[in-house]
Amino acid sequence: MEKFISLKAIVAPMDRPNVDTDAIIPKQFLKSIKRTGFGPNLFDEWRYLDHGEPGMDNAKRQLNEDFVLNQPRYHGAQILLARENFGCGSSREHAPWALLDYGFRVVIAPSFADIFYSNSFKNGILLIKLETGVIDNLFNDVAATEGYELIIDLETQIITKPDGSTVKFDVDEFRKHRLLNGLDDIGLTLQHTDDIKAYEQRRRTEAPWLF
Amino acid sequence: MAGKTLYEKIWDQHVVRDNGDGTALLYIDRQLVHEVTSPQAFEGLRIAGRKLWRVDANLATPDHNVPTTDRSKGIEDPISRLQVETLDQNCTDFGVTEFKMDDIRQGIVHVIGPEQGATLPGMTVVCGDSHTSTHGAFGALAHGIGTSEVEHVMATQCLVQAKSKTMLVSVNGKVNAGITAKDIVLAIIGEIGTAGGTGYAIEFGGDAIRALSMEGRMTVCNMAIEAGARAGMVAVDQKTIDFVKGRPYSPKEDQWEQAVKAWNELHSDADASFDTIVNIDAANIKPQVTWGTSPEMVVGINSKVPDPANEKDAVKREGMIAALKYMGLTANTPMNEIEVDKVFIGSCTNSRIEDIRAAAEVAKGRKVASNIKLAMVVPGSGLIKQQAEKEGLDKILIEAGFEWREPGCSMCLAMNADRLEPQERCASTSNRNFEGRQGQGGRTHLVSPAMAAAAAVTGHFIDVQDM
Repeated sequence: MEKFISLKAIVAPMDRPNVDTDAIIPKQFLKSIKRTGFGPNLFDEWRYLDHGEPGMDNAKRQLNEDFVLNQPRYHGAQILLARENFGCGSSREHAPWALLDYGFRVVIAPSFADIFYSNSFKNGILLIKLETGVIDNLFNDVAATEGYELIIDLETQIITKPDGSTVKFDVDEFRKHRLLNGLDDIGLTLQHTDDIKAYEQRRRTEAPWLF
Repeated sequence: MAGKTLYEKIWDQHVVRDNGDGTALLYIDRQLVHEVTSPQAFEGLRIAGRKLWRVDANLATPDHNVPTTDRSKGIEDPISRLQVETLDQNCTDFGVTEFKMDDIRQGIVHVIGPEQGATLPGMTVVCGDSHTSTHGAFGALAHGIGTSEVEHVMATQCLVQAKSKTMLVSVNGKVNAGITAKDIVLAIIGEIGTAGGTGYAIEFGGDAIRALSMEGRMTVCNMAIEAGARAGMVAVDQKTIDFVKGRPYSPKEDQWEQAVKAWNELHSDADASFDTIVNIDAANIKPQVTWGTSPEMVVGINSKVPDPANEKDAVKREGMIAALKYMGLTANTPMNEIEVDKVFIGSCTNSRIEDIRAAAEVAKGRKVASNIKLAMVVPGSGLIKQQAEKEGLDKILIEAGFEWREPGCSMCLAMNADRLEPQERCASTSNRNFEGRQGQGGRTHLVSPAMAAAAAVTGHFIDVQDM
C-alpha cells in the first residue's frame, strides 16, 4: 500500500447523497480478476452517455459533458468532496480501486458506509468525515473558485484552505499509523501467529464442532 | 456486572488479542468465497508465497456470473467464464472445497452456507459480499468484507476489527396477515434510513421477529446492510437449532449436545444495554414497495409516490427529485397504479423454499399479465430448486407463465445475462434499487415474493391481500 502523508490537490464536488458502490464502479467491470485498470470506468454510467462494457476503448466513447469529472476545471482532481453515506451498498473493493486508479487519494464527506470506509484505508485512500455545515461551506467554496485546492496533512490532521484557514479532522489512530507508514495488514497480523495458534488450541476444546 | 448483548458475547469469544489501539484481532470461523471478490485475494497470496491458514474454514461457489438458463454449454460471456474458471483453478490450487456450477449444491453463497450447516450459531462468518449479514439470522456474527480482508482471513484466519456499537430493533406485536419478513425489513429501513445502522451491529428482536421462520430471519438480516449496518443478528431459539440439525456441516452426534448447550446462551442478557433501541409496531406494517433509488425510499402499497415538495431538507429533496426522474414516476401517483415490465423472484434476500412457495401460492391458477415481458423465478440453490420441483411449485409457476431458472444471483445485480433494458420497470424481490443495479437505466422496485408474484399476474403493483 502506498503511504499517505500529505497532499495538495484540486477538489471535485459530487453533490448527491448515498452515492453507492454500484455507481462508483458498475457490476460489469467486476468481472476483472485484477486490482488495477478500473479508473477509466469510475462512475461509468454517469460519466459516459453510452453503455460501457469491459474491453471497450473508453477514449472513443461519448462523454457526458455535464458530469462533474468531465468538466475541465476538475481535471487532475485528487480530492473528492461528497455528501452523506458515500460508498453505501456492495462491499466491492473495486470501488476504492477505481477511485485510486483514477487518481483520488482523499474523499471528504459527512459520513461513509462502514465497509467502504475500511476498504479505502486498506488501499491508501484517506477518508475524512466533517460536519455537514463545514461540508456545505466547502461545496460553496469549490463552486465559487476554479482550481480550488486543499492541502491535507495526515500527521497533523489539518486541512488548509486557499485563504490559509484550517479545519481539523479526526482519524482512528490505528488507521492513521498504517496509512502514514504504508503498512501491510497481513504482515502485521502474522507477527501474532503464536496468539492465533493458542486461541485455536483453546477453542478446539471449548467448541470442537467449529474445527 | 451488566449483562452482555448477543453481539458482545460473540465478539468476546473471538478476540485473539487486544491490539491496544481500539482494535482487536478477531478470529473468523467461516469464510464463504465466490468468484467476484476472491481472484485478487488468491493472487495476493500467490505473490507473497502464502498459504491458507485453515483451508477447511473456507467454502466456495460461483454465483454472480453463472447463467440461469441451460448450462450444458458453459458460460457464453468470455470474461464471466474466465472469472468462474479462475475460482475453479484457485480452489483446486489451494485445496478449498467448491460447489462448482454443475454441482446440485451450487447456489448463492448466502443460501448455501445455512443450507449446508456451514453457518452455525455463535460463529464469526465473513465473505467478500455485503449481504453476508444474512448469516446473522443464526445468532452468528456475520458481515461483508472487501477483497483485502478476504486475503487477510485466508492468510491469518483473523480480521483486525474495531468493535461496533449495538442497536436493538424490536418489532413488537404481531404482523397482519400477508405481511412477510421482506415487508418488515423494508419498513425498518424506511424508519431508520439507509445510514441509520452505520457503525452498528443490529440485533433484530421482538415478537414479530421471533415469529418468523429461519428463512424469514435470513431475509431480515440480509438487508441489515441496506440500513447501513454491516451485521444483523437474531438470537438463537429452538427454531434455529431445529434448522441446523442434521445438515452436512452441522456438529455430529458426539458434539451435538455440547454445541446446543453453548448455542442456548446466544441471546442478549435481560440486563444488557444497547447503544440505541428502535421500537417498531408490527401491526402498522403494510406490504412495502420502494419507489426510488435507495432502499429507504419505500412506502406501503396503499400509499402514493411521495412529493418532494413536502420535503424540507434541501439535499434530500434534490435526491427525491433525481430519484423520481430516474424512476420515471410522478409524485402523488398511487403505488397500485404503477405498471411493471418484468418480475424477478430470487436473490440472497428471497430465493429460499418459503419464498418460492409464497410466489407459487399467488400464481396458482392465474396467468402472468399480458404487459409483462418476463417473469422469472431463480431458486437460491440447486437443492432448493430440487425441493421446489418435488413440491410441484415449478409446474404451478410455469403454468402461470413464469420462467423457471437455474440458481444464482441473476438479475439482482445483472452480472450474468439476466438484466433490465433501459427504462424497463421491475418488481424485484432483491435488495437494492440503486440506479443501474439491474441493468443500465433499469427501474427497480423492491417487494416481497408474494407482492412480486401479484404484480406479475395483474401487471401492476397491488396489495396481495386484495387478490
